[in-house]
Amino acid sequence: MADETSTVRPPLVELRDMHVAFGGVKAVDGVTVDLFPGEVVALVGGNGAGKTTLIKSLSGAHPADAGQILIEGQPVTIHTPRDAKSLGVETIYQTLALADNVDAPSNVFLGRELTTRWGNLDSSAMEDATRKLMARLNPKFENFIVPVQSLSGGQRQSVAIARAVHFNARVLIMDEPTAALGPAETEQVRELIRQLQREGLGIFLISHDIHDVFDLADRISVMLQGKLVGTVNKDDVTVDEVLAMIILGKRPGEVTIEDIAELH
Amino acid sequence: MTATTADSDAQAREARRRRITQIMVEGRAFVALIVIIIIFASLSPNFLATENLIIMTRQVAFNAIVATGMLLTILHGGIDLSVGSTVGLTGVIAGTFLEGYDVPLTELVAYPSVWVVIILSLAVGAFVGWLNGFVIARLNVAPFIATLGMLFAARGMALVISDGRTFTQLRGDPALGNTGFLTVAGGRLLNIPIPVLVMLVVAILASILLNRTPYGRWLYAIGGNPRAAELSGVPVQMVVTRAYVLSGLGAGLVGLLLTADLVAATPRAGQLYELNAIAAVVIGGAALSGGRGTVRGTLIGAFVIGFLVTGLVLVGVSVFWQQVITGVVIILAVALDQAQQKLMASGRLSGERKKQKDAGGTGSGDGVEVSAPAS
Repeated sequence: MADETSTVRPPLVELRDMHVAFGGVKAVDGVTVDLFPGEVVALVGGNGAGKTTLIKSLSGAHPADAGQILIEGQPVTIHTPRDAKSLGVETIYQTLALADNVDAPSNVFLGRELTTRWGNLDSSAMEDATRKLMARLNPKFENFIVPVQSLSGGQRQSVAIARAVHFNARVLIMDEPTAALGPAETEQVRELIRQLQREGLGIFLISHDIHDVFDLADRISVMLQGKLVGTVNKDDVTVDEVLAMIILGKRPGEVTIEDIAELH
Repeated sequence: MTATTADSDAQAREARRRRITQIMVEGRAFVALIVIIIIFASLSPNFLATENLIIMTRQVAFNAIVATGMLLTILHGGIDLSVGSTVGLTGVIAGTFLEGYDVPLTELVAYPSVWVVIILSLAVGAFVGWLNGFVIARLNVAPFIATLGMLFAARGMALVISDGRTFTQLRGDPALGNTGFLTVAGGRLLNIPIPVLVMLVVAILASILLNRTPYGRWLYAIGGNPRAAELSGVPVQMVVTRAYVLSGLGAGLVGLLLTADLVAATPRAGQLYELNAIAAVVIGGAALSGGRGTVRGTLIGAFVIGFLVTGLVLVGVSVFWQQVITGVVIILAVALDQAQQKLMASGRLSGERKKQKDAGGTGSGDGVEVSAPAS
């Protein structure tokens, strides 16, 4: 799918030769990845592999030191989360970055509140829009006027996703979207991701959960110690081969039987 | 059949008991205020006299205005310890200008008109607040430390400017065109003291700001999760800085009102106001950790403290015991608040409230399903 698209048009997002250093530590060292519309690209790697740091340069949470970001072939600069959002790049953070003490509509519209022409909050418009959004994303969601701290993990994740997709997102970055969830809620969020994919969004998925990755991703980009080991099509590889890339940094062709044995 | 009836009866009783508990806990500051009024009204016939109520409310107004500004800083998770000193500083600024300001390097003495004095003094209050906000939001100094420093610095500036003396010539001189300060800030309108009217206006404006504007929503969100607010694109530094500017402005207002009330501007005015204001905010149900609190609660908190202290004076309790009792009330208020939070967290109250507000909602699936009949 990705290959067909690439012959017609440039990728939705391309991160070219990205570099990020913290002091002397090269957290991201010359990494290039891309993403097409309607595609899920999983970014995997051990702790400290640089996945989150790489993706923060796209979300605006921590700009890169060097490298180029292209959106639909056009070079862009992203310094703040606001920059990213204005380019249609939305991020859902690992720690469910919601304001716990306010309700779902307030969270969805946080920082981009709807106001009436008098400049005051248009609470009913925000609630209506949130209801419409949830009808599409998670029809079971009904708690629109309680602080989100009293919601379950899956419902909170729905709020976070609703916030991300409401403002015409084209690119969605999801950092461990199912890490804090139970099995039923995980399935709910996975279904949501497939739904967004069908709607044509490009999704960068960061996950430790190899089942998430194989279930959702079209392509898998593996990082190790700040470098890109390689990007593979999910259908061309086995779980063991991906694990070998994550742990040993060896591409599928380079892995020996001894290496595989060592993994188990 | 009978068993079911008894069951639902028990459930209804249980639900009613919970509702009453909930109302008592949530409205505890208001309940406390009513209790205070009833106790002192029965002990002292003068307590409910109109003139006494007006005087008490005027005293409450000073604290309530400061506390409303304090609430804004507490909502974002900060605090403003400098408000008492700002009250003193703005009073001194007003006093200096009303008595005549010796323009440096000249033989001139400036006598600005009363409105100019008022605006200049408020500007100084807002500037002190802005400095607090700058140090906190831009330089990332903890609010407690930054405003503690300002508590000393602003008080020191008040003493430096006044050279420690008290300004008493505030009446102005018709020949100089600077009369009227005492009327504007210390008079009455329709028999209501100006400070009380100012308190009402401040409370209404603050309520609108917090409940009806994006700014208010941002302040609550920052108090709840500052990182989330920032990642959502909320201009956190601006929001926080403005909270301190508004707090300084509130303190400046009180500096002017207090100066007019005392018919004297002293650099020592407003000492311990910060603590009374914090007490009012906390009794009013705000969380010092931020994200929770209302203007209405803060006003009630200010009334609780004010009426309690005046009531104790009226019934002849010694000043020493007054402080002990005030302290106990503050601690009780916060202890009750903690108990309420625990209760809410355990899902009992929140589950029930969700059902009421979100009729037909499925709840959060905590397994707590309370049937609450309408009656």
